[in-house]
Amino acid sequence: MNILSLFVLIPLLMLLGLWIARNVSQVKGVMVVGSSALLVLATWLTVAYIGMRQAGATEEMLFTDSIMWYAPLHICYSVGVDGISVVMLLLSAIIVFTGTFASWKLKPLTKEYFLWFTLLSTGVFGFFISTDLFTMFMFYEVALIPMYLLIGVWGSGRKEYSAMKLTLMLMGGSAFLLIGILGIYYGAGGETMNILEIVKLKIPTEIQQIFFPLTFLGFGVLGALFPFHTWSPDGHASAPTAVSMLHAGVLMKLGGYGCFRVAMYLMPTGAAIWGDFFLILTTISVVYGAFSAVVQTDLKYINAYSSVSHCGLVLFALLMMTRVSATGAILQMLSHGLMTALFFALIGMIYGRTHTRDIRQLSGLMKIMPFLSVGYVIAGLANLGLPGLSGFIAEMTVFTGSFQVNDVFHRTCTVIATTSIVITAVYILRVVGKILYGTCDNPEHLKLTDATWDERLSVICLIAAVAGLGLAPWWASDVISGSVEPIISQLMR
Amino acid sequence: MEYTILILALPMFSFLLLGLAGMKMSHKVAGTIGTLSLGIVTVLSYLTAFRYFTAPRTADGTFETLMPWNFEWLPFTESLHIDMGILLDPISVMMLVVISTVSLMVHIYSFGYMKGEVGFQRYYAFLSLFSMSMLGLVVATNIFQMYVFWELVGVSSYLLIGFYYTKPEAIAASKKAFIVTRFADLGFLIGILIYGYYMQTFEFDPAQERLMQAGMVLPLALGLMFVGGAGKSAMFPLHIWLPDAMEGPTPVSALIHAATMVVAGVYLVARMFPLFIGFAPETLHIVAYVGAFTAFYAASVACAQSDIKRVLAFSTISQIGFMMVALGVCTSMDPHEGGLGYMAGMFHLFTHAMFKALLFLGAGCIIHAVHSNEMSTMGGLRKYMPITHITFLIACLAIAGIPPFSGFFSKDEILAACFQFSPAMGWIMTIIAGMTAFYMFRLYYGIFWGTENKELHEHHTPHESPLSMTFPLMFLALITIVCGWIQPFGHFVSSNGHAYDIHLDMNVAVTSVVVALIAIAIATWMYARDRQPVADMLAKRFATLHRAAYKRFYMDEVWMFVTKRIIFRCVSKPLAWFDRHAIDQFMNFMAWCTNAAGGTIQPLQNGRIQSYTQWFYGGIIVLVVILLLS
Repeated sequence: MNILSLFVLIPLLMLLGLWIARNVSQVKGVMVVGSSALLVLATWLTVAYIGMRQAGATEEMLFTDSIMWYAPLHICYSVGVDGISVVMLLLSAIIVFTGTFASWKLKPLTKEYFLWFTLLSTGVFGFFISTDLFTMFMFYEVALIPMYLLIGVWGSGRKEYSAMKLTLMLMGGSAFLLIGILGIYYGAGGETMNILEIVKLKIPTEIQQIFFPLTFLGFGVLGALFPFHTWSPDGHASAPTAVSMLHAGVLMKLGGYGCFRVAMYLMPTGAAIWGDFFLILTTISVVYGAFSAVVQTDLKYINAYSSVSHCGLVLFALLMMTRVSATGAILQMLSHGLMTALFFALIGMIYGRTHTRDIRQLSGLMKIMPFLSVGYVIAGLANLGLPGLSGFIAEMTVFTGSFQVNDVFHRTCTVIATTSIVITAVYILRVVGKILYGTCDNPEHLKLTDATWDERLSVICLIAAVAGLGLAPWWASDVISGSVEPIISQLMR
Repeated sequence: MEYTILILALPMFSFLLLGLAGMKMSHKVAGTIGTLSLGIVTVLSYLTAFRYFTAPRTADGTFETLMPWNFEWLPFTESLHIDMGILLDPISVMMLVVISTVSLMVHIYSFGYMKGEVGFQRYYAFLSLFSMSMLGLVVATNIFQMYVFWELVGVSSYLLIGFYYTKPEAIAASKKAFIVTRFADLGFLIGILIYGYYMQTFEFDPAQERLMQAGMVLPLALGLMFVGGAGKSAMFPLHIWLPDAMEGPTPVSALIHAATMVVAGVYLVARMFPLFIGFAPETLHIVAYVGAFTAFYAASVACAQSDIKRVLAFSTISQIGFMMVALGVCTSMDPHEGGLGYMAGMFHLFTHAMFKALLFLGAGCIIHAVHSNEMSTMGGLRKYMPITHITFLIACLAIAGIPPFSGFFSKDEILAACFQFSPAMGWIMTIIAGMTAFYMFRLYYGIFWGTENKELHEHHTPHESPLSMTFPLMFLALITIVCGWIQPFGHFVSSNGHAYDIHLDMNVAVTSVVVALIAIAIATWMYARDRQPVADMLAKRFATLHRAAYKRFYMDEVWMFVTKRIIFRCVSKPLAWFDRHAIDQFMNFMAWCTNAAGGTIQPLQNGRIQSYTQWFYGGIIVLVVILLLS
């Protein structure tokens, strides 16, 4: 059996285990074993992948396999990974692992919660290993639907409204996407659904012109593309901690990944025609998200808008269509996934204690919960691009890459996007200064305690990943840029 | 010289150790770890300097540029990549000596100053982080490495200014410092990107043909880099963060906001100096004008401040202006014709770091003794604090440019370079030097002479500080006395790398000393007595001017207006409103439409067989009619 299938098999086994688990400790046992296994597997895959590349493997995708599934429409269960999917799988595994610990004390319906959580992970892992358009789409849907229940049942605030809004907007995106995929399938002659084979065929320009925007938009909704981002603030604000982590950390990356792997890779002419239009939208996303974050008062809203800005930068960098900028986009996905997960984890932990996320009601937390506060400062510094943490290397790769496109339009967009580094500093330091520093005015808060062991574990893992990527970026950059090459050369033609 | 890696590795290690395990250590252990690692770094820096400057020169009479370490940290393209490494050349070696000396003195001094403070371990961890970043900045092998460490010193400065994080002023000051310098760094970053694209390298010495093709791009890139430098080095109008940064502990002000980090901008210009001279001489002149204006502005504000740390902060801004002017007035690489300023600026950087650190540490002792920053609470302290008094006086004489103290020599070279550039520039800078002498002695008399604040001293007699604090003072005072006589400075550091003999230009020297003496005499006449009728009268006569200067010519208000009113109220608020009420409502509207459409069609599916039958037969009839008609 193909090693990649384990990424789907393990979550399925976990689902089975959760189903037969009798009490909460068994549920947790299954989760810990399963998510650790996934983390080990993803780490092993990364090492093995690097090893194979160094040994001289030149195929575009490694570990490929294909099993016919539904012959009339040429739907196969095809899997394969390149550097981009490898790092995405690693990211997902880290976040599932830490997310498990971040929801350690979740009540009620712990078992059901973890069932949906695991189903969501199945979709995410399946999406990243697939190379077949239809299978990919299926996993994509598997990842989206559980979100509705996770937010609707375990969420907070206006949870029904948010869950409905999020699901409907993402489903709307899926509708576009399905049309786009069918367009690609028939445009390429209706012979195959496999991405690696479609790319060798030429899709007529007229078809690309129509179906590129549909596909890009379909994925773009999930990547928080302006003006289709409004599900993000409400959705994140209502979602429980680990769901926010998984959603901002991994699910939003499905959008960027899909835009690159499906829309741009398969329809390069369409990308050339529509690139400038979408570039304007993403540039707006970057600055608009940052400015909107400055005035928010809810911690989760601040992060949601910050995600709009940072995910906007992902799509922005992809649309610059140079090797360096695309590498930067993938690095940014990785980095944003890690640091946003860290942020949401910490916000969840603070909220769990203080029962408020309003920054006007929080102050002086540094004295009360030093561990969580220091974690928050580190997350903030990563977010504003401090060297040594992951945000810096991603942003610098994006900006350097974008600057290689030498015309006035792209330059202007790049300079505008660069200004976000200042605005990011403004909203991050505003929050840090407001909630962590100063003296605590609320006597109730003085009694609160610092992080417990499960929370510490989750936070430390994420900080280690953020710092690890930031201090030793060369390996990630190597792994990614090698795999970006074929896609970019497709776009260059 | 592979051991130089330890200069960066040791502070890094002590930062991690103190950061992770510091809370479990006693104050003494934490302080010792930090100080010891810096002590070793200092020894290594001196050793490096000794070995570097005693090594034989290359055939063309310059010192060899060494790169004992360099590895690819983050690859972009074949030619563009961020490297991390260590570059040794005269200015970086000189900076190593300056930084490690001042940093070690501050580490020792903090033992006494921070004694018993909550967060002592954290303080030493941050000091280590800062030292590592600053040392990394000066030994950077390429412009991007410099930017990496540039950001790191920025964040260490942020953390240290906000050290007393329960004080609202400290929080505001740290935020302001970070955001203002970040804003300037945006310029720096874009400058680097332009430079990287057109030169196809981040190294300091691009290929010759690239330089030739660059045209107007290079001055632009260098100008933008200077914006970054101006932010860090507190040039007008980006200086506003520095006076507020005095909210941090005083030893930090001495280290970061007086001696080392704030001269990073000067160092940046010096680092890019060959490119400035060769391809962007006009940009270099802008540097000179900005520096001169800043020097004047800060000196005039310093005359009206009453908080001793603020006076020193503005004097720092003014002195950095001098260094910028020195670099900016250069017109060629040859120190004998037009390139003197480079050596002068670097020399002043060196001497200024020593005497300014001394002034700040002295101020720390005074604040420690009277528990206040305000000049009004001081006066007559010379009896109580003899060591502080003498060392402070030495530093004041040095900054005022009185021979034989070090400041005289470096300032004299700067003035000579200015006179070579244009007589107007020379005279302006001479007058500003006179203002420097005036406000420094106003400060000196205000603290150590004049009326003693009796009611304050009743409860608490000021006393001299412990040895851990006075030792750094004496050590720095010693350097301040002797380092002006380091005539070989020009042998080590000069614009074209050749040995240059420093010689005094007698006309310039005599003029500047006379101006300084007159200024000191005026200050003595106005401030040395128990009462200060002249000063009060002047303040009353020119009330508006005095108030404006005291309020720093309202620059902070302008900035507050821009940030609070324009960015916060006029951009962010409307955008956030637009997002919630326009874009989001549109999505809700779509949902409402779907709902409404559903509601309209719904009655059709009412479940009554009768109505379905009606529709069924109705449909058949219509179809039949259509078929018959066709």
